[in-house]
Amino acid sequence: MNSSLVLLWRQIRHQNAMFWRTPVAAFFTLALPLMFLLLFNVIFGGEEVNGTPFAQFFTPAIATFSAVSATFTNLAIGTALSRDLGILKRVRGTPLPPWIYMGGRIGSGVWIASISVVIMFMLGWLIYDVQILWENIAVMVLVFVIGIATFSAFGLAVAAVVRSGEAVPAVAQAIILPMAFISGIFFDTTNSPAWLELVGNIFPLKHFAALFVDSFNPFLTDPVLGWNHIGVMIAWGIASLIVATRFFIWEPNN
Amino acid sequence: MGAVVVTDLTKRYEHVEAIRGISFEVAPGEVFALLGPNGAGKTTTVEILEGYRARSGGSVEVLGFDPWDGGTPYRDRVGIVLQESGLEAAMTVSEALELYGGMYSNRRDTKELIELVGLEDKASERIRTLSGGQRRRLDLALGLVGDPDLIFLDEPTTGFDPSARRRAWELIKDLTSLGKTIILTTHYLDEAQYLADRIAVLSAGKIVAEGTPSELGANAGESTITFLLPGSVGRGDLPSLGSTVDVEGATVSISSADPTQDLHLLTNWAVDRGVSLEQIQVRRPTLEDVYLEIVDEGGNGQ
Repeated sequence: MNSSLVLLWRQIRHQNAMFWRTPVAAFFTLALPLMFLLLFNVIFGGEEVNGTPFAQFFTPAIATFSAVSATFTNLAIGTALSRDLGILKRVRGTPLPPWIYMGGRIGSGVWIASISVVIMFMLGWLIYDVQILWENIAVMVLVFVIGIATFSAFGLAVAAVVRSGEAVPAVAQAIILPMAFISGIFFDTTNSPAWLELVGNIFPLKHFAALFVDSFNPFLTDPVLGWNHIGVMIAWGIASLIVATRFFIWEPNN
Repeated sequence: MGAVVVTDLTKRYEHVEAIRGISFEVAPGEVFALLGPNGAGKTTTVEILEGYRARSGGSVEVLGFDPWDGGTPYRDRVGIVLQESGLEAAMTVSEALELYGGMYSNRRDTKELIELVGLEDKASERIRTLSGGQRRRLDLALGLVGDPDLIFLDEPTTGFDPSARRRAWELIKDLTSLGKTIILTTHYLDEAQYLADRIAVLSAGKIVAEGTPSELGANAGESTITFLLPGSVGRGDLPSLGSTVDVEGATVSISSADPTQDLHLLTNWAVDRGVSLEQIQVRRPTLEDVYLEIVDEGGNGQ
């Protein structure tokens, strides 16, 4: 048991090192959401909601997006690419248990997601006076953990179903960008058509973002943990896990 | 007891029978080569032994394990050098050996391995800066990092230039002196001949010949006598030798099971007629002739 944890720790550190040494990945995962944050502020900078800066609402929404990039996008693309290169096949020929390899990738994604979100809130706090509602911190952390777990599993499910490393980046973006638009990440969707609302409700991102943003909403006097939101996320997480474990292959597809 | 015991192994893909019932044994410490042309089933066979692929029939035992469900304990004792295998290009050479070495319960020292494969200058360089040959040497070091009892080498020198091949051979030869069992696949005959204690020739999913390099050569039997047909004689004028006679242009080649006898008859005949047999020579079959012949038969046999 103990040695499994040591192996897992080494894999997480290894995946992290690889992440930081791949500038493109670091840019898309960390810099891009930060750019969104700055751009949003240029556009909506002066606006306030009942005396609270608008940034209090869009910062957690964009933070959700960055957490999803670090887990879902990163895991789907990174795993598929490593498979295409034959790295996964090599790993499969070693005594390293497969779950530890995957655990290393997920752990590193979680770590990067956490860094990304922390940076975002530090900037939000420094520049835009975003406040963390400390009384909600437990809900916030719980939502964050369930959210990134769901999107990690979802990312691996995409890598399991789409077997070409060339196709995975396009597929991952094609899933996550429209999902972000209909999930209230970039703008409020309460006025969009009912069917679009419905579609948004089917996918997990809207629920992740809604709960996360709520935990920063100073006007919710009694922030309830919406169990329906949690339920949709967990359902997606479990379904993804089943797909990932059933269909994942370790060898390049050729 | 063999390190590897394969009995009646078969592998079917949807419509193709890739392995059609092969059996062989490899003794501990032996270097065993699976030799054959592309598509003969070499890689399928080793991938079954390595545990990457399930077999369709027969039995396979490697170091006492069934590779397919040997899991972690099995993989802890074998080293696999795949034909094409990826590595994180952003890692350094010594980082890779540390990371992969850490996965095994017995591991060899990183520095020692780097020296063994001659990558001292590259130890702290990123893998993306290595040349093809250096990459292959790192692959070999990674195959050895768990101090395995058995090493699989799948076409270890394919795509090498001649000098790189020589160096790789020396390296592999050194491994055999460590007492490791090695299973090697190759389509280069000279490679099998140089490295292996025993060779199995695989063709169209079957073992068509097996033995030590010298046994394989000896079994070939027939020598070839060639000379130029003198201008003054026709083909029909040649003495009957009881061997196959081929005439191509002016060159006569005779496959002879008894070259001493045939040569005697031929030269007597020539002296009697007062002609000379220009460029006469007798050639023992090389292992290459044997190999080509065997593979040809195997290919036609289906």
